[in-house]
Amino acid sequence: MQWLDLTYLQAIILSVIVASTPLLLAASGELVVERAGVLNLGVEGMMIMGAVCAFAGAELTGSTLVGTAAGILAGVAMAAIFALLTLGLAVNQVATGLALTIFGLGLSGLIGAGFVGQRITPAPQLDLPVLTDLPFIGKILFGQDAFVYGSIVLVIGIWWFLYRTRPGLVLRAIGDNHGSAHALGYPVLSLRTGAVLFGGACAGLAGAYLSLAYTPFFIAGMTAGRGWIALALVVFASWRPARLVIGAYLFGGVTILQLHAQGAGLDIPPQLMTALPYLATIVVLVAISRTRGVAGSAAPASLGLAFVPDR
Amino acid sequence: MRKLLFAAAALLALAAPAAAEDKLKVGFIYVGPIGDFGWSYQHEQGRLAMMKALGDKVDSTYLEKVPEGPDAERAIEQLARSGHKLIFTTSFGFMDATVKVAKKYPNLMFEHATGYKREKNLATYSGRFYEGRYIQGVIAAKMSKSGVMGYIASVPIPEVISGINATMIGAQTVNPNIKVKIIWVGEWFNPGKEADAAKALIDQGADVIMQHTDSAAAVETAAKRGIPAFGQDSDMIKFGPKTQLTAIIDNWGPYYTERAKLALDGKWTSTDTWGGLGSKMVVMAPYTNMPDDVKNLAEDTEAQIASGKLHPFKCPVVAQDGSTVECKGGTHLDDGQILGMNYYVKGVDDKVPGK
Repeated sequence: MQWLDLTYLQAIILSVIVASTPLLLAASGELVVERAGVLNLGVEGMMIMGAVCAFAGAELTGSTLVGTAAGILAGVAMAAIFALLTLGLAVNQVATGLALTIFGLGLSGLIGAGFVGQRITPAPQLDLPVLTDLPFIGKILFGQDAFVYGSIVLVIGIWWFLYRTRPGLVLRAIGDNHGSAHALGYPVLSLRTGAVLFGGACAGLAGAYLSLAYTPFFIAGMTAGRGWIALALVVFASWRPARLVIGAYLFGGVTILQLHAQGAGLDIPPQLMTALPYLATIVVLVAISRTRGVAGSAAPASLGLAFVPDR
Repeated sequence: MRKLLFAAAALLALAAPAAAEDKLKVGFIYVGPIGDFGWSYQHEQGRLAMMKALGDKVDSTYLEKVPEGPDAERAIEQLARSGHKLIFTTSFGFMDATVKVAKKYPNLMFEHATGYKREKNLATYSGRFYEGRYIQGVIAAKMSKSGVMGYIASVPIPEVISGINATMIGAQTVNPNIKVKIIWVGEWFNPGKEADAAKALIDQGADVIMQHTDSAAAVETAAKRGIPAFGQDSDMIKFGPKTQLTAIIDNWGPYYTERAKLALDGKWTSTDTWGGLGSKMVVMAPYTNMPDDVKNLAEDTEAQIASGKLHPFKCPVVAQDGSTVECKGGTHLDDGQILGMNYYVKGVDDKVPGK
């Protein structure tokens, strides 16, 4: 039976890792943003800007590294607009985030118009001598590109920051009650600005992964809704880094497995599978609200609320 | 400064009508961005070809990323009001909006791609892409060692299903036992998912990849694995220089040029054009990365279809369940049967989603 074949299983796992990585990258940034009490719905827009600038950088210089940096910077620049509006001017976060997505999709198309139909050398896989050649696990654990390792390091770093450092504690406090945190003398707005910019960097990196490694070309709209899945993922993970990894690989896994199921002739409606990440998110939301009385809400209490410091 | 601007505006206002009077203004409505390197990109190439061919006799405008629905009507009307005499709307979903605007402006000329509703001043046009699919099937069956083709499909509409069937019928002329694995991505455009689907098909043993989705992701992914593949909508050889076999190219340029010329001469009439290889509305990219005998066979097949000697849906067409499809076109299925195809032919070991 084909399903039991190790090389086939290995191939599936490799595809799942590739499909999950952009989700994980974008979602981990958004997790920090939301933990700080800010809801940035502009992930899709920041991501696509990251994708186009990364591609432009890599195409013009021939360097994946420069491209990646350009992608991150583009994400940060987009996030800076968001921070200026929602934190500086206390504009509604939901509206600004949506506007950021629409703006990003449009602007990226404009920037990318000259790069349509171009192709670059994909980001190299970092093969380790001996280790990569290990049977089965070798290619899975030691044959990925730098983005994949980066995403794992990133999530561990975020977990460590949020739960093991003092600034992380302050950030969570701000997200749960910005009024009290401000009264205690914590710099609410500057910490939130930092979080938003970090979120932009992660979304930009996720976009860079799409146009440099996943499919090494740029086409307008190539994020194809992944920014929204990342947003759903943060809720699915109930704002916890460890669950975020599980969620990202689950979402990525579902996508890949349904493709394989179809190829193998199993009769599963593809539309249902496409909707599954969102369905799962709704189920988790329901579960969270059911347990709210026992464990308190999982969402940061100040999420999405504008904060204007009094004198 | 203000004065200068005013003067410039006045100058423009004076100059514009003079230029517009002898020029034909042609408008285009695209559903996607012209940067999709697929469907809308090819229509834009068609517009550019028309501009090049007719030079200063025409002027043209395009609106891209126009959503199908109420917005489309506004966009078409905007072109109609701003002096465009000939307007092309290039997606199936623009059909009703185009009909509405066409009725409102009986003196303008409209053309709608891939639709079936016509008016006195509304023509329709589309490409017989299934002809190219048949050739791809022939090539794929020749190239495949495993006897399994991988097919990345978008959404189950008749055009896509007839493409799968034409591929299968073409492939069966070479290898009667050929198999096709089909993965429905559920979208026209999602490069990442198209790449994942290509990987899945290759991992399951398909050794030639074809697609009916819009990006170059499948060709690119197959190239990475050294697997031959076919491009879609435009020539994607750049993404698989050593692996792309050919591509079905939508070639709208000659049609747009011809229609604009007719409009200029006052000879435009509402027609229904379904062009294929014969009229060069569908063109095959150069046959590359295949042995000479396969290339010859492909070229020969193309010539036969172009001349009308061979029809991909030549009777008898046997459906998946073994029943013979009624032969309404005499020696082959008629256009209506192809345009409404919602079943697989014999040999496709799969189910049409949602059936």
